[in-house]
Amino acid sequence: MSAKTGVGAPVLRKEDFRFITGKGQYTDDINRQDQAHAYFLRSPHAHATIKKLDISAAKSAQGVLGVLTGDDLAADKIGGLICGWMIHNKDGSPMKAGAHPALAQGKVRYVGDHVAVVIADTYAQAKDAAEKIVVDYQVLPAVVDMNKAKSSAAIHDVAPDNVVYDWHLGDKAATDAAFSKAKHVTKIDLVNNRLIPNAMEPRAAIGDFDAGTGVYTLYTTSQNPHVARLVLSAFVGIAPEHKLRVIAPDVGGGFGSKIFIYAEETVCVWASKKIGRPVKWTADRTEAFLSDAHGRDHISHAELALDDKGKILGLRVQTKANLGAYLSTFSSCVPTYLYAPLLSGQYDIPAIYAEVEGIYTTTAPVDAYRGAGRPEATFLIERIIEKAARETGTDPATFRRKNFIKSFPHQTPVIMAYDTGNYTASLDLALEMADYKNFAKRKKDSAKNGKLRGIGFSAYIEACGIAPSAAVGSLGAGVGLWESAEIRVNPVGTVEVLTGSHSHGQGHETTFAQLVADRLGIDIDSVAVVHGDTDKVQFGMGTYGSRSGAVGMSAIVKAVDKVIAKGKKVAAYALEAAEKDIQFKDGRFSVAGTDKSLAFGEVALQAYIAHKFNGQDLEPGLKEGAFYDPTNFTFPSGVHICEVEIDPDTGTTDIVKWTAVDDFGNVINPMIVEGQVHGGIAQGVGQALLEGAHYNADGQLVTASYMDYTMPRADDLPSFDIGMTNTPCTTNPLGIKGCGEAGAIAAPPAVINAITDAVGHEDVPMPATPYAVWQACQKGARKLAAE
Amino acid sequence: MASVSMTVNGKQVSATVDPRTLLAQFLREHLHLTGTHVGCDTSQCGACVVHVNGRAVKSCTTLAVSCDGASVTTIEGIGTADNLHPMQTAFRENHGLQCGFCTPGMIMSAIDIVNRKGNKLDEHTIREELEGNICRCTGYHNIVKAVAQGAAAMK
Repeated sequence: MSAKTGVGAPVLRKEDFRFITGKGQYTDDINRQDQAHAYFLRSPHAHATIKKLDISAAKSAQGVLGVLTGDDLAADKIGGLICGWMIHNKDGSPMKAGAHPALAQGKVRYVGDHVAVVIADTYAQAKDAAEKIVVDYQVLPAVVDMNKAKSSAAIHDVAPDNVVYDWHLGDKAATDAAFSKAKHVTKIDLVNNRLIPNAMEPRAAIGDFDAGTGVYTLYTTSQNPHVARLVLSAFVGIAPEHKLRVIAPDVGGGFGSKIFIYAEETVCVWASKKIGRPVKWTADRTEAFLSDAHGRDHISHAELALDDKGKILGLRVQTKANLGAYLSTFSSCVPTYLYAPLLSGQYDIPAIYAEVEGIYTTTAPVDAYRGAGRPEATFLIERIIEKAARETGTDPATFRRKNFIKSFPHQTPVIMAYDTGNYTASLDLALEMADYKNFAKRKKDSAKNGKLRGIGFSAYIEACGIAPSAAVGSLGAGVGLWESAEIRVNPVGTVEVLTGSHSHGQGHETTFAQLVADRLGIDIDSVAVVHGDTDKVQFGMGTYGSRSGAVGMSAIVKAVDKVIAKGKKVAAYALEAAEKDIQFKDGRFSVAGTDKSLAFGEVALQAYIAHKFNGQDLEPGLKEGAFYDPTNFTFPSGVHICEVEIDPDTGTTDIVKWTAVDDFGNVINPMIVEGQVHGGIAQGVGQALLEGAHYNADGQLVTASYMDYTMPRADDLPSFDIGMTNTPCTTNPLGIKGCGEAGAIAAPPAVINAITDAVGHEDVPMPATPYAVWQACQKGARKLAAE
Repeated sequence: MASVSMTVNGKQVSATVDPRTLLAQFLREHLHLTGTHVGCDTSQCGACVVHVNGRAVKSCTTLAVSCDGASVTTIEGIGTADNLHPMQTAFRENHGLQCGFCTPGMIMSAIDIVNRKGNKLDEHTIREELEGNICRCTGYHNIVKAVAQGAAAMK
């Protein structure tokens, strides 16, 4: 085992070769013999009943093999798409979940909703034929504004006031009591802007029914192929699990949007049997904008109670969360259990009370997007903390330091028990790296050039390593959130690691191999990682919520430990020693106190040839599996500091310095971890400065292409200064906390705190476009002139 | 239908295609060169960048028939397994890719930048010149480093 490839080394990625040479295999790169192509006719209206749907002309168009509608789904008894997390209202009653058919059944509820599918020999023929479908819509009022939704037209009969749930968390009486003692109360109103995930690979699917075996295969852009198979089998009813194989090959980014089970994938796999040919669909970018699950979209009011020394006494929060037209797979838990339990942030807050209303609107479904609830919580707590520091005339770093949690474990008033952390250490390092002590001088220098300089902090926490199954089950989750792994050792000593995690950019083929090679003392090139195929990997819960390290790799080490234990038994026979005397170190099994030893590969061979032991005493072979169920969430944390320079004449914001100090616990591959931080910050800066999904009053998505929705580009971003601290997680065997979402969680409040600091005005929306910042400059001008 | 002939990665190819066939479709579906990706179909994201007669072109909005007689180079044509193009090596060595979907277009654009701007590229120039390529994973930090290293190595 070389130190260059061991745990903690910045090993270059094993998977890169195929990507840099154009040999990756993404879903759209796969073609099945005789495949047909699907085109989805989508609703042009936000809200309408379908009075008549005439598909006759389309059915007879050139190349068309079939036109399928919601009636065909109903005739085949195909179930609707589900939401897998039950949320209960304040009064204990269940949330109101309207039906979600994969193809519309009498009503459409957002622009882009699926009306019918045309399947033809070529995509162009299917698209042409769709124009021949005649739909007679009776248009109903669009419901776009969450504040008016309760008095608008009902989107689902089950929810006449368009409220999905009215939920709360925390102790209201204790929080009210804390506020009654407050010497100062800081109040803030915030909008967390709606985002569209925009993985660069659009969603795609190929359904392929084998009439000979009765087995369906679905190739799809999924972060969790086993969960897709489970839902399509148990709830949608396509086929039982042993007759449905789901393959998620190379996947070009997910960020949450490829967790969910969507209409198009469902229809492709179902239709492949009806049409009798494989059915392929690949989204174009506008379809991705219209129908991928969106993220964020909260309106919140929050109040923070302080005593006369600036210590926090309590926090209360009211949030309206837009859930869109249908409840997507995990949507209901995002603004509830992935949000409110994070409202304590890094702070010792004795009392918290949060109320959340989930609202239906005639917009695309909203679900988990990188961070999922935790960015919304962090934006709220870090904005109100900054505002409180300013209102009380306290340096924002000092204010945070005073209120940090300093002893662990720490039980917050909102479910979470933080196992470990050292928030002061991250803050100190970040202040040093950002050269905070000389900020005032830099601000003066900027002013000489007619520029406004500001600095913004974000001390974030997230709950990752999702999640202890029993705990999430008690909160309404329909699934357990453990992970599985299997280690298959071949007779020559090479190893296949089968994992239920899925890599769509995270580099598991490298980091998982690094871990296993390190533990087994073998060459990293002797380890292959297998994932993304339900026929190969028995089961898995997939990759999201920064869980593949903390949960997925914990399952792997559990299986590795079993391999080593079995290897010791084999070695004992082969070396003619007692099992208790066998030691395993640096890839060799040896007899304690002797020079007798066998290499890992030699023991593997002995396990398979089984010449040295009786098969009744010890089973031949070397293959072990494990399921790992975490005992707690993990709590990565850190401090990001953003420094901006603003041109008050144009409102243009330039990020001049970005400092990120993160505590992810132990790190397997710092190169990959830093890459995750970079990408997360870019998405967070995108939310803060550039991105915003906008529906007009009629419910039309007016930001449905890259010409209208501003993606972060290379010249919008700076290079980042990355630092790390480490308090290893105490609740998993590797001490890993998770790093995938940190940047996206930390970045938005850091940017907005910097801009509000620069312009001297608190009301700066996201995205902080030049126009919005210019307006804030006008409002803040008096204060600035007085400085 | 229309007939089209071109040289792709040094090989002469001819086909009869629907006249509306885009160059990206022609490469992916007719020639099975699936390294060229389509990320947006509006010339915005750059995942589809190939070189046509030595210049970077977004193949998702280029008609195949408009390239009749042209010489086209794709990601599959710039290096071999044993002899990668320096820009390919630089992307790997600098962790300039994560999901890999934008990577072929990034590399083809990066080579074009060097062809136009030379081997010594500062960060500002690289960031400005990458305006036509979107990456959602890396935050560009390591892509910028990769392009600088690849440019220097192309001397």
